[in-house]
Formats: sequence, structure tokens, C-alpha cells
Amino acid sequence: MRNFIIKRVLLSVVILFFVAFIIYTLLRCLPSSYVETMARQLAMAPGAKPYDEWVAQLNAQYGLDLPLIPGFFHQLGNILTGQFGDSWKYTVPVMEKFTEVIWISFVMGGIAFILQLIIAIPLGVIAATRQYSKADYAISVFALAGISLPTFFFATLLKLVFCVNLSWFDLGGLTGRNHLQLDALGQFLDVAHHMVLPIVTLVVVSVGSLMRYARTNMLEVLNSDYIRTARAKGLSEKKVIYHHAFRNTLIPLVTIVGGSLPGLFAGALITETLYSIQGIGWTSYYAMTAGDIPFSMFYLLFLAVLTLLGNLISDILYAVVDPRVRIA
Amino acid sequence: MSDEKKMNHQQEGGSQEHLSLNDDRRVKVLSPGALVAKRFFRNRLAVVGLVILAAMFIFSFIGGVVSPYDQDQLFYRYELQSKEYAGVTENTSLRYTSAEGQSFAGMLQAQFMIAAAKDQSSFTYEGVTYSIAKEGEDFYVISQGGAPVALAYKDIVNAEDPSLNLSFDFQRAALKAYTNGEQSFTVNGTEYTVDENGGINEAGQPVAYISRFVVQSKVSDVTFTRDFKEQLAQAIENGSEEFIFTNEEGSYDYTLEYDADTKSYSVKQEKETQVFDTYSEPSKAHWLGTDRNGMDMLTRLMYGGRVSLVIGFIVVFISAFLGIILGGVAGYFGGWVDNLIMRVVDVFYCIPSMPLIIIMGSAMDGMRVDPQMRMLYLMLVLGFLGWPGIARMVRGQILSLREQEFMTATEACGISISRRIFRHLIPNVIPQLIVICTMSLGSTIITEATLSFLGLGVKFPFASWGNIINDVSNSFVLTNYWFVWIPAGICLLLTVLGFNFVGDGLRDAFDPKMKR
Repeated sequence: MRNFIIKRVLLSVVILFFVAFIIYTLLRCLPSSYVETMARQLAMAPGAKPYDEWVAQLNAQYGLDLPLIPGFFHQLGNILTGQFGDSWKYTVPVMEKFTEVIWISFVMGGIAFILQLIIAIPLGVIAATRQYSKADYAISVFALAGISLPTFFFATLLKLVFCVNLSWFDLGGLTGRNHLQLDALGQFLDVAHHMVLPIVTLVVVSVGSLMRYARTNMLEVLNSDYIRTARAKGLSEKKVIYHHAFRNTLIPLVTIVGGSLPGLFAGALITETLYSIQGIGWTSYYAMTAGDIPFSMFYLLFLAVLTLLGNLISDILYAVVDPRVRIA
Repeated sequence: MSDEKKMNHQQEGGSQEHLSLNDDRRVKVLSPGALVAKRFFRNRLAVVGLVILAAMFIFSFIGGVVSPYDQDQLFYRYELQSKEYAGVTENTSLRYTSAEGQSFAGMLQAQFMIAAAKDQSSFTYEGVTYSIAKEGEDFYVISQGGAPVALAYKDIVNAEDPSLNLSFDFQRAALKAYTNGEQSFTVNGTEYTVDENGGINEAGQPVAYISRFVVQSKVSDVTFTRDFKEQLAQAIENGSEEFIFTNEEGSYDYTLEYDADTKSYSVKQEKETQVFDTYSEPSKAHWLGTDRNGMDMLTRLMYGGRVSLVIGFIVVFISAFLGIILGGVAGYFGGWVDNLIMRVVDVFYCIPSMPLIIIMGSAMDGMRVDPQMRMLYLMLVLGFLGWPGIARMVRGQILSLREQEFMTATEACGISISRRIFRHLIPNVIPQLIVICTMSLGSTIITEATLSFLGLGVKFPFASWGNIINDVSNSFVLTNYWFVWIPAGICLLLTVLGFNFVGDGLRDAFDPKMKR
């Protein structure tokens, strides 16, 4: 087991190295217009250095004056020592901005994820146990509709209905106008109130795949021999399903849940942008569209790490939960 | 073939019940393909999906041909727009005119104001004493040492011919006469008459007029006649909101609006103007109204569907192509080739595609890439980022397939490796491939729409369902013009739903373990 984990971690490091290289190359290929704009601005200040010197200094500061490969290793060295540089757009260190916004995204993603589990697993199980019934069809349609709904369209519809027509919620943002006048409980409720629509969006859009997954697994389990044995023994249907079958469907579910835990930190790019919730997704979206290379680099690498971590966790969990799995 | 069958059927006609039990003709033989089709068509959702997709294809590909409009055809409408024609301000502050060779600048004006407010008859500034004579209502003459220096007045003397400058003496005499209600005055030996409207005539010919209203033209190339100004002043004094100006050429309608902020009246004229027919409600000519640019919404929707579907297909084709080749090679050869390709797949899996495309999109914005090229790049990038999933699936299938007997047979026959992979192994993966491609068609369309919605994908003048919905970033559109974005969203939802239903149905139909 230990060897397996060590092997996987080492492999992940190698993959991460290449991912970093590809991301760095792509970002280097972008037109460095931001540096030029910045240099022009800085040169405009009274008594400042001329434009050319500023460009040279900024390029040197960001390691953009080096050729691709040395530049990459320079950047890698910085990253490994935890120096992600300053965000160009937000003019604060990348890590500072990151720690400031990550928790909003995490809380939102976490609540949405828990709700997804609560909705998806029971519905998936119901759909599987009553395969081809009306309930199954309804659940399937609901799941597939959720998968097929474009986030931005659904969010806009919700806004139209609940913000404009019913005016139950604000159109965007995380706090109301009078947020600062409220006491602690009021502030908490205010934020919670503003999180309702984003969370609903996240849940509806992503609950479908989990539901399908739960249904498929349950079906697979229900078709297996030990369930036939259990039925043949004369156990009640309830006991067969909730005692024998359900426990076994949990195996793949646990691995997939474990695997998606790191993803909670990734933020919801589209949802956050649409509801102007200033989490990591919103922050990085605006950083990316502004050509903020340090922040984009950091965010892309962060996402890659999360993906690798997710895969690693789900593989390990798979081996831990299901003793039949032998680790190669 | 089918004709033959029919013939046989007819010949055997009534004798069918005489066939023995184990006669082959009693058993309907279905090919595996027919079995899959049968299972597929039994799935109601899949059929619904198929119908939706067929409708969408007809809508997008044939609709665009049938539609009488072009995707970037602009529509105009005539609209009565009330345009500001003139602005009228009632002069409420004193104005000054200094005599020839004299100056009466700011400080003096201020001193005068103070003195006038206190009803003093003189004031001193920098050792010089000025005397004030009130010669009429709101009309003062300021003199120094007996010689007049300046006039202070609220009623303004305007020359009939704007190029002519009125002399100081003339203004003084005219104002004096007007403010005191006199009928005539004489300047430099010429006699002028003043009528009650402030018009000044020299021997019956109008020379100038006096009015408290300052009329400014808001349209270039328009000068106002005295007649117009007089009638306008009359209308304003009467407090009417309508102003009808009549002269020999006819009458014109204007509306008067008072703006309390600037204490001025604006004279507005209704004019028929050609404007883009933006956001017009659904009508017979435009079934779904028009969009922000005055283009027919329904036609844009059709062309948008075309773009979305074509992009989806090309992207999936690119990723399937790469995925099949790399997955097939990896699965067949195994060993270090497999290891290498799978690590590349891992690397690609880790590259966050959405952020990457957003970055590229905004970079293309910066470089002002042509919209057509943009579409091409978008397809290439999406296709190139999509292959790892397909490669993984193909490899997994081939790993198990290559151990089967038929592969030993191909080896024994000495069939070349590329033929073995692409003629014998890949066709066995086709079912899973079709399913995965159908599903990823749906997700690709969503990705493309999301990007276009963010303004980073397909760009104007090309329509795509995503960039049609983009209009809702203007919250007025969101609230008031449902016909702009809801149909596009429904098209998008239905199409993706169709692909998912069909993909799901195909998966079930291809699965031999299916119970039904």
C-alpha cells in the first residue's frame, strides 16, 4: 500500500512537471500586452524611468526576458519556494488574494456537494430499484436535464424568476446593501440568503451525473449473484436492497466522493461569475481575461494539483474500501 | 432482396401454420444491428431524443435555407423621435455691454451688483467712482465722470441681421425706450419705432428686437427668424406645452419642455428617423422579434444552431480521430508505448480546459483575431483537449479485445499491424465510441455555448446559441425581452438533452447484459 502511494505520488509529480511546462509555454505565447501597458503607466508617473527601462525591469521581474526553458526553470524555482509573485490585476501577492477568496468558494462548493449527495444517492437508488417504472423515467429525465442545462442559461432563468419577477433575492453579490449595519447573526443570514441561488444552480447542474452514477452502480449490484442469493434465502426486499445491495453500491460512490473532495477548492468559474460572488472562480476569471499571468499560472497549476489529488484519493479509497482490489 | 422475401411470404400465404416447430422460417432472425435498433427504439427517452435532434437539425440546416432573411441582415424601422430643436433660456441675470474703448470686467461687475442691490447711486473701485443711473426696469447705465461706461440689462437687444453689430448708443437708446414702454427713440438722427413685442423698426423695416429669451439652436445650420422667436416667446409666456409656428410655408408642431435644473425650455420637434429595428416584439414579419442589432431572431437562431452543431461535430471528430489512433496504438502495443501515451493522457487530463480556453479567448480578443479564424482555433483547441477521454476508453477496450481468439487468427493470417488495429480491433470498439461521442457532442455544445456566452467563443457577426444569450448581460434585456434569450436557451437545452437521451439509449441498446 505504501509503495503504491509513493509510486503514485512520484508519478503525479512528474505529470505535474509536464503540466506546468505546458501551461507556462502557453502563457508565454500570449501577447505580453499587459507588461507593456503596465510599463507605459509606470513611465507616465512624474520623474519615472523611461518606458523601455520599465519594460525591461518588469520582464526581468517576471522572468519573461529569459528564453522559454530557462524561464520555465526560473519560474519553477520560484513556485517551489512558494513565491507565486504578485497578481498583476489585483496588485497583491497571488497567495494573499488566493487565501482571501478560496473559503467562499469552498463553503459554497461544500454545501452544494453535500446537497448533491443527499439528493443524488436516494434518487439513484430509487431509480435503480424500480427500473423502467415511471419514477425511474422521471428521475432519468431530471438527471439528464440537469446535465444538459447550460449553467449560464439556468442561472439567468433563476435570476429572471426569483430576482426580477419575485424579487426574493438580489441579482448578484454575496452581501446585501445594509450588510454592515447588521449584527453577526444578521450578517450570516444575509450571506446565506445570497448563497441560495448559486448553490441551487450548482446542485441542479451537477446532481445529474452523480445520480446517474448511483443508479448505474445500484443496477449493477442488483444484477449480481449475491443479491439473487439473498432473495433466494427469502429475505425481505427491504433488507435485500438496503442491507445487501446499498452497502455495495457505496464502494464506488465513496471513491467518487473522495475523488471530488479536492475539486471543492476549484471554485465554480461560471456560477461565481454570473452571480458575482467573489470566490476563486470569479477572481481567476477576471484575472485570466485581464491577462494576469502570475495569477492564471497559479490557478491553472492549482487546478492540476487538485485533479491529481482527486485521482490519487479515489484510487487509494478504492483500494481501502474494497478489499477485493489488489494494488498493482 | 426484400422483394424476394415478400414473394416468398405471399406464396406461403396461408400455409404458415403447417410449418414444423423447428422450422427456421418460424423464427424471425435479426442481425445484431437490428437487435440494437430494436432495443433502442423500445426506449422511449431515446426516441424522444432522436426526434428532438431531427427537429433541431431540420431547424438549423433547412430552416436557414427556408428563412427569407440572412443571418446578418439588418432591419430598420421609422420612428418618430422627438429631437431637440432649440433651447430657450429666460435671461434672469444682468448682462453687461461696455461702451467703445471702455472695459467693465468682473470685479467692476461685482461691485456694481452690490451697489445696485443696495439701491446706491454710485460705487468706488480702485479709487475711481462710478455712478449708476437706473434708466428703466432692470436697466442700468453705469457712467464715470459723466461718460457712460457700460450698460447692465436683462432684456437683450438682438440685431435682425446676426452679422451686424449693434452700437452701444443704439442698444442704450433702444433699451431705455423699451423698458420705459416708449414707442420710439432716436439715435444719431435716425428715428426708430418700438412695438409692444420689442421689435425695433426703422421706417417700417425691422432692424432689431428686444427679448428676454435667449434662443439657441440645437441643430446645426439653423438660424431662427425673429418671427419664430417672437412666437416662441409668446408661447412660453402663455405657459403652453405645445408650440405651433406658422409662417408662409406652413405650420410646424413643436413641444415645449421646461427643465427646472437648467431653468431653460427645450423646443422639441418630432421627426421621423430611420433607426435599427432593435428588440422589436415578435410579429408576423419576425416571429421571434429582432435582436440588439436589428437582425431577425429566428434566422439568427437557425444559423446559430448550425454553428453550434457544426462546431460540436468537428470538435468531436477531431478528438475521436486522435483518441482512436493514440488509444488504439497504446492498447495494441502495450509496454512502454502504452505507458508513454497514457502518461500523455494523464498530463492532458490535468490541464484545466475551461480556464485555458478562457485565457486563449481573451488573448485572441487582444490580438483582434478574425471571427472566422477564431471559430477554427476554438474547434482545434476543444478537439485537442478532448481526446484523452476517448483514448483512455479505446485503450481499455482494446486491452481486453487483443487477448481474444480472433486476434490470434489475424496474427496467424499475417495481417499487417495497422490493419489489425484499425480493421479488426477498432470496429469492436465502435459501440462504446458512438456512445461516448454522442455524449461528448452534448457537452461540447455546452462548452462552446458557455464560451460564446462569455464573449470568448464564437463572435459577432456569426451567430451561436451562446452569443445570442450573451445579450442578457444587459439586465434590461433580461427583464424585458424574453424573446431574445429564452428561445436560444431552450434550443440549446433541447439539443444537448437530445444528444444525452440518444447517447443513453444507445448505451443501453448496445449493452448485451440488458434485461429487456
